[in-house]
Amino acid sequence: MAQAVAASAHDAHDPHATNTGVSNFKLGFWVFLASECLFFGTLISTYMVYKGSALEGPYPAELFDIIKTTISTTVLLFSSLAMVLALHYVHEARKNLAILWLFAVIAMGGTFLVMEYFSYIKYIGYGLTIGSSTFGSSYFVLTGTHKAHVAVGMIWMAILAWRLHKGKIPPSKSDQVEVAGLYWHFVDIIWIVIFTLVYLIP
Amino acid sequence: MRVFPIWKSTVTPRLRASAVRFLPVLFLALLAGCAGEFPQSTIDPRTDFADIIHSLYVSVFWWTMLILAVVWVALTVTLLRFRAKPGDGKPKQIRGHMGLEIGWTVGPALIVVAIAIPTIQAVFATQRPISEDAMVVDVTGHRFWWEFHYPEQGVTTANELWLPVDRAITLRLSSTDVIHSFWVPMLGGKRDLNPTVTVREGEEPKVNYLYFTPRETGLYMGQCAEFCGESHAFMAMRVNVVSDAEFDAWTAGWLESRGAAIPAAPAIEGGATEEAGQEAEEAGVTLQAAASMSAVDLDPLAVQGRDIFLNQATCGACHAVQGTAAQGRLAPDLTQFGLRTSLASGIMENTPENVAAWIIDPWRFKPGANMPGTQYAMDSRIVSGTPFAWPATGLDDEQVRAVAAYLLSLK
Amino acid sequence: MSTATIEQAHAGHGAHTEPTGLWSWITTVDHKRIAIMYFLAATFFFFVGGVEALLIRIQLWNPEQAIFSAELYNQLFTMHGTTMVFLVAMPMAVAFFNYVVPLQIGARDVAFPRLNALSFWIFLFGGIYINLGWFIGAAPHASWVGYATLTSTAYSPGLNTDFWFIGLSIIGIASIAGGVNFITTIVNMRAPGMKMMRMPLFTWMTFVTSFLLITAIPVIAVALIFLGFDRTFGTVFFDPSMGGDPVLWQHLFWIFGHPEVYILILPSFGVISDIIPTFSKKPLFGYPIVVYAGILIGFIGWGVWSHHMFTTGLGPIADSFFVAATMIIAIPTGVKIFNWIATMWGGTIRFTTAMLFCIGLLAVFTVGGLSGIMHAAAPITLQQHDSYFVVAHFHYVIVGGAMMGLWAGLYYWFPKVTGRLLNETLGKWHFWTTMVGFNLTFFPMHFSGLYGMPRRIYTYSADLNVDLFNQLATIGAFIFGISALIMVWNLWHSARKGDTAGANPWEAATLEWSIPSPPHHYNFPELPVIRSREPLWNDGEREEVLAVTMLEPETEPVMPVPSYWPILLALSITVAWGLVMTGIWWVIVLGILPVFFCTLMWAFEPAFPEGH
Repeated sequence: MAQAVAASAHDAHDPHATNTGVSNFKLGFWVFLASECLFFGTLISTYMVYKGSALEGPYPAELFDIIKTTISTTVLLFSSLAMVLALHYVHEARKNLAILWLFAVIAMGGTFLVMEYFSYIKYIGYGLTIGSSTFGSSYFVLTGTHKAHVAVGMIWMAILAWRLHKGKIPPSKSDQVEVAGLYWHFVDIIWIVIFTLVYLIP
Repeated sequence: MRVFPIWKSTVTPRLRASAVRFLPVLFLALLAGCAGEFPQSTIDPRTDFADIIHSLYVSVFWWTMLILAVVWVALTVTLLRFRAKPGDGKPKQIRGHMGLEIGWTVGPALIVVAIAIPTIQAVFATQRPISEDAMVVDVTGHRFWWEFHYPEQGVTTANELWLPVDRAITLRLSSTDVIHSFWVPMLGGKRDLNPTVTVREGEEPKVNYLYFTPRETGLYMGQCAEFCGESHAFMAMRVNVVSDAEFDAWTAGWLESRGAAIPAAPAIEGGATEEAGQEAEEAGVTLQAAASMSAVDLDPLAVQGRDIFLNQATCGACHAVQGTAAQGRLAPDLTQFGLRTSLASGIMENTPENVAAWIIDPWRFKPGANMPGTQYAMDSRIVSGTPFAWPATGLDDEQVRAVAAYLLSLK
Repeated sequence: MSTATIEQAHAGHGAHTEPTGLWSWITTVDHKRIAIMYFLAATFFFFVGGVEALLIRIQLWNPEQAIFSAELYNQLFTMHGTTMVFLVAMPMAVAFFNYVVPLQIGARDVAFPRLNALSFWIFLFGGIYINLGWFIGAAPHASWVGYATLTSTAYSPGLNTDFWFIGLSIIGIASIAGGVNFITTIVNMRAPGMKMMRMPLFTWMTFVTSFLLITAIPVIAVALIFLGFDRTFGTVFFDPSMGGDPVLWQHLFWIFGHPEVYILILPSFGVISDIIPTFSKKPLFGYPIVVYAGILIGFIGWGVWSHHMFTTGLGPIADSFFVAATMIIAIPTGVKIFNWIATMWGGTIRFTTAMLFCIGLLAVFTVGGLSGIMHAAAPITLQQHDSYFVVAHFHYVIVGGAMMGLWAGLYYWFPKVTGRLLNETLGKWHFWTTMVGFNLTFFPMHFSGLYGMPRRIYTYSADLNVDLFNQLATIGAFIFGISALIMVWNLWHSARKGDTAGANPWEAATLEWSIPSPPHHYNFPELPVIRSREPLWNDGEREEVLAVTMLEPETEPVMPVPSYWPILLALSITVAWGLVMTGIWWVIVLGILPVFFCTLMWAFEPAFPEGH
């Protein structure tokens, strides 16, 4: 019986050990990301269904500035790199550098949002609105949902930066940052899919 | 709470036969009574389409009965044989048997194949036109009535669909508002009427189709089978399958009505005046036809009703009666209304009392109908979703009876 | 009621006394208490939905009757369906997931206890929200499937549909959170030696169902967003005049809707897979096959959605694909039924009430499954779709399948929850009145459907000659209602005065029966090592397990602390979503602020007491 107790991975003294070795928080977040895949997948599918069948313009070809959007996409991609670096420094307990790179994530995410905001203004000026056509509705709801996810991510990073500053995230608790990183990379990957299907493919 | 009789008026005297054209209707009414105890039965097929469905149903039914018997017998035998008895020891702890697993996977799989093959064949067989010569009828759904347009013949009617027997029929289905579904079970399965999606220039809007050949004359009952709002339960229809001759006579009658110019002004005795002739010409009809129509022997009540219909209540803003100034397309076409066996999309017998009751208070029978009563107006504050608005007609009972008489005189 | 009973039961177990009182329930993060709350709320909504059904049946007693208005009738059947699916069947299954799964895998709670509480409160507030319409005479009225364009502001201008889409969106969050919770729990928190293929079937089916939840609910969430935006912000997703396709709504709804029905049935399949072996004294026949069949059903269930759309005009190729996929799903379902019968075969069968409900399920679900095969044959469904034949089909599978399985689970696990047995005599009355009432209600509907009575109709013509079938159904419905009253009476009576149940009154095999009834709040003093699928049936293993699980530890394991953030966050989410109804963007944005606030406070609150 003593052996049975010793062999237990779940005894009263270590309530956080798991069957997979991955923390509940991390595993649960992966599962949540799976549901987000379906969520964005539905938005993207609807966009594809309505793509090209809008009754009136403006149409994608007239509106999209691929260069500008490539720039904003690149900025977002680099923000993922910044995220990786931030996590690296959290692991190394170098909190100031970690905070710096988190600010970089926020700044780059913010740049992306600002650039996209100006694109929205431009499109609306051309007559594309949320209700002007099926293209308008599906475009704005899809990309708008993505932008809301970016915004939430930025707030999340800011909170993490503040907690780092307060010394509340030692390397042993780096899971929080890692999970935030998962979220940020996910938002990034979704953007790559959107960028490809919405902007690049005619 | 008061309980209203919806379909039948409390008093239903027999219609008096007064014109030759009425006899087929009477005959059909009698036939309808003999159409069987279940006039919307899905297992009493009367077309090729319904036959395909029915024979598939019968075969699937027997397969399912077989499976049900196997399961229920196995269950019953097991329960009886292995119920706990005093002195029972621990039973043998069998965990599985690959042979059985294979057996009861493969067996049902074979049955599934046996069902799926004829099913898929039937799917294809029922979704192609029966012949190139099929007669097309455009069915348009509204809340809460059916519009039928015959492009080949140029006829438009509502709620009662006349079809020639033994002729291949193609129904083209669409809706102007919400999703409806055309279902006349004895003629076959149902198909949805989807709101027409506006498409780009040069593209064809998508419609749905039903294909069938009715092989027995008769009056068939059906109703809307996709929930469409408040009066979904009251959106019924009737299909009148008649001989070729009767069908041609019916379409001819419709076209003749259109050809005849009944002057918008009060009826003129004798021949047509020049004035009336000019009006008729404007309406695109011939003088000759105008003369013949005005000589028809109309009951004075009906004449009075016509005047009220056209001039006072101006029902023509929504309804059309071919051959008059009433050319509205927003509500059922009432040409040859007197030939219909039912009114208000199949929910009441077509009697003077019912027509009058309907005109006075349509919402009593069909809440949410796009029609004002004599005492109340109709607009979007009152009837959700309606783009229409019309004030109360303000007619008194006498006037209503006159209008009813007029409508029933239209044959 | 239950609190007092648990109190008394614990009194004999020593040290820790479980907190009592309303506040302790409001702030609880204990999966067992959350389960009880889910069960009580679901039972309450069952009666709400049941009254709606009885009113429907009264109106349909005679043809051409008008007991109340058509508009009220449309609201009643809409809310009956919405309530029964989202506020009864799903939460009741979740009640069982919550109580039983951690006990079956040897865990002390679920992976995310506060998230678990959040799921419950969101479900409750969402359920209340969607019913608020009743108070202003504007309950949802476009049927539980809410087809476009009927749900547009043009044809549904009032608040009815707003209550519907907002309420359902709120409830969806609860389901996704629950799915995340249970997947993580089952993957990560099994006792040592509890390999996946040693888990009880109920846990397996919870696992599959949780995957269905996290993948299917996002689809309807998006569909509801599209509908909500069309209604509130002028988008044109389903507006045909602007090129939007109303049929797109049907696709999105049913891509959710079909996995949804497997979400409804798989938990019950799991329940009876645990109960039948217990009362046959034999292990489940073909355990791996039953597991794989469940996984396969979940998987294939994603590919059959358009069998709900055979009348919409998809074309013969699409139709044929869905015919084939739908018929294929029948095969693993049949395999499970044969395996259950084979479990009983050669066993020694005890006819407890729990077992009776399992047998009832087998008899009755088969009928529903077979009418489903008929519907799968698309040309046949052109007659049966939107008729009472379909109403018969889905009630046979949902009530005769899902609900009967859950009632079996109720009789089975009630002793574990309360330490008392449900009364067997009342139980048998419950079972038989259910069988009689249910079959009398829904069997005649096959006939009214075959004879051409559509569904969702306020009244019907006397010419149809379906009066008798409707009257039989109405009588049956009242008998069924009586069975529900008997159930509640049994629950009430037995919770206070039922016979004491020990740890394992049924001599069952799985881990939840190795701990006291009711369990300590920490479930397991120490985690046992598992060596087989039936730990309590194997000599040697049974003794080793019990030696660990029935211990009274000197120091109790540390459990997560209670929290009021879940209920507060649930409230703020409900209010924030509810404000969408105003359509005023800054009001909506303001409403989101409390959501942020509560989320942050929750995140900063430690889950465990200091030092753990």
